[in-house]
Amino acid sequence: MEREERYIGSISGRIMAYLLLALGAIISLMPLYWLVMTSLRPAGAEFTYPPEWIPSSFHPENYGIAWNRAPFWLFTFNSILVTFLATLGTLLTASMAAYAFARIPFYGRNVWFALTLSTMMLPWAATLIPRFLLFKFMGLFDSLWPLFLPFWFGGGGFYIFLIRQFIMTLPVEMEEAAVVDGASRLRVYLMITMPLTKPAIAAVGVFSFIHHWNDFISPLIFTNREETRTLALGLRYFGDEQFTEFRLIMAVATLMLVPVLVVFFAANKYFVSGVALSGLAGR
Amino acid sequence: MADAVPLGVSSPVPTKIPRWSRKVKADNIAGYLFLAPWVIGFLAFIVGPMLASGYLSLTKYSGFGAVKWVGFQNYDKIFQDDLFYESLYNTTYYAFLGVPIQLLVALCLAVLLNMKVRYVNVFRTVYYIPTVTPAVANVFLWVWIFNFDFGLINSLLRVVGISPVNWLWDPQIVKPALILMSLWSVGQQMVIFLAALQGVSEELLEAASIDGATNFRRFMRITIPLISPVIFLNLLIGIITLFQTFTVALIATNGGPINSSLFYVLYIYRKGFQSFEMGFASGLAWILFIIIMVITALQFYFARNWVYYESGAPS
Repeated sequence: MEREERYIGSISGRIMAYLLLALGAIISLMPLYWLVMTSLRPAGAEFTYPPEWIPSSFHPENYGIAWNRAPFWLFTFNSILVTFLATLGTLLTASMAAYAFARIPFYGRNVWFALTLSTMMLPWAATLIPRFLLFKFMGLFDSLWPLFLPFWFGGGGFYIFLIRQFIMTLPVEMEEAAVVDGASRLRVYLMITMPLTKPAIAAVGVFSFIHHWNDFISPLIFTNREETRTLALGLRYFGDEQFTEFRLIMAVATLMLVPVLVVFFAANKYFVSGVALSGLAGR
Repeated sequence: MADAVPLGVSSPVPTKIPRWSRKVKADNIAGYLFLAPWVIGFLAFIVGPMLASGYLSLTKYSGFGAVKWVGFQNYDKIFQDDLFYESLYNTTYYAFLGVPIQLLVALCLAVLLNMKVRYVNVFRTVYYIPTVTPAVANVFLWVWIFNFDFGLINSLLRVVGISPVNWLWDPQIVKPALILMSLWSVGQQMVIFLAALQGVSEELLEAASIDGATNFRRFMRITIPLISPVIFLNLLIGIITLFQTFTVALIATNGGPINSSLFYVLYIYRKGFQSFEMGFASGLAWILFIIIMVITALQFYFARNWVYYESGAPS
């Protein structure tokens, strides 16, 4: 993807470019600035007119107050558990399917691959009610199971496609040599293909982490009690003060955003290349 | 594929039949073992539910007790239901206006991020941050930003002397306001466009410059056709996504004011999970499925007129 960059030559052109880029950056970051500033305002000061751009005094204790309004430690634990288990299942089973699609010539492969791609266009809302009933009959409704179990079955067409595309770019010689030496498919997959596929695995891992950490709809449909709530859902049931104590909601929202940003910055390289790889679907 | 030759002609060496078939058998077993989790998941969580949904739409079922067969009654009721038409209108309005605007903004941002200046990578990261913000946090934040008296946007408008707007509580304005809000997180489309822009051949653009084409003309005549497959992809995914807008309507407006942001999936949710009319809701879900399939098929059909593939037809 990277190539020799030739920078814009003229000084006026460069100034113009930076002005535009800065404008976009301000628009991108302004709402987040507003989020953090609101979370630090004194009680009741959300509703001062005109709104203060910089709070007259800073109140980090808002974070403690907000955190104690609901069992947020429990919600956090639930979110971590679901995110971890769902991502683990996705990485394992999506990479297996991707390996089969990329490397093993089996009967019906193209049909299955086309079906896999078509699932990316299937509206999730169309299967929502039967999935709810399925989990209910399995006795899994109102537990954390529905939030991660489905992701141990391939993880989703998009992830399979992404990893498969990546494996297709790898040279096949090393794997063939291993097969000649008598290695089984499983061994080749584990020992040769997977280590080389790390960038795609990392990209899928980051996507999956962010998706499950942020996911609101599945916990809304598949859980009910307070004990099974995740952070995303907990934020919604903040209390009757939902729309009156914005500074507390903004405090919890900020805390929820922190891990996402940490992962995003740490794995930024993989993230961007992953999205770029997905764009190749149109080529 | 024009130069492809039948296998039998190109390989005069006789194949050892038994060995060959053993390998084919082993490959088939290995292939399906690796694919097994996905196949099971596909049947259990996609095919099964789709069929079940079709069956349920022909029944009366509350989620508890007995399932009662009612034939096409649910569909009759749906087609006489004002809220069905209203939610379909809202959703179509939102998707058909929202997607083009989103793509235009995403493309402009991608062009910006494709400029050849130092530190552009930093901006690429910053521009993507809104997209990783959790949807719930995002919605609460924007409810607050749109607040009439104390919100960020109205206070900015007051500074420049424009009278404040009742963003979320005016039936005429709520849908455009939600589209405006969605523009803050178009990072996904933006990055896909950016990757496509980076693949546009420099030589072609330079040749056009030498021939005297202006920047705008080069963009319209060379860049756009070359990235049209990716525009098409973003268009497809965008329509499918926006037709299923849910979270924002549930939390920010709960469908209001006076149902002007009652989107289709929110209506399915209300029918299925709040008034427990699972049969009716399944009928709604199937209609949504068909609508999305028809729109997608039409887009593929019309794509032939404007999507340009460098190497012939898409694979």
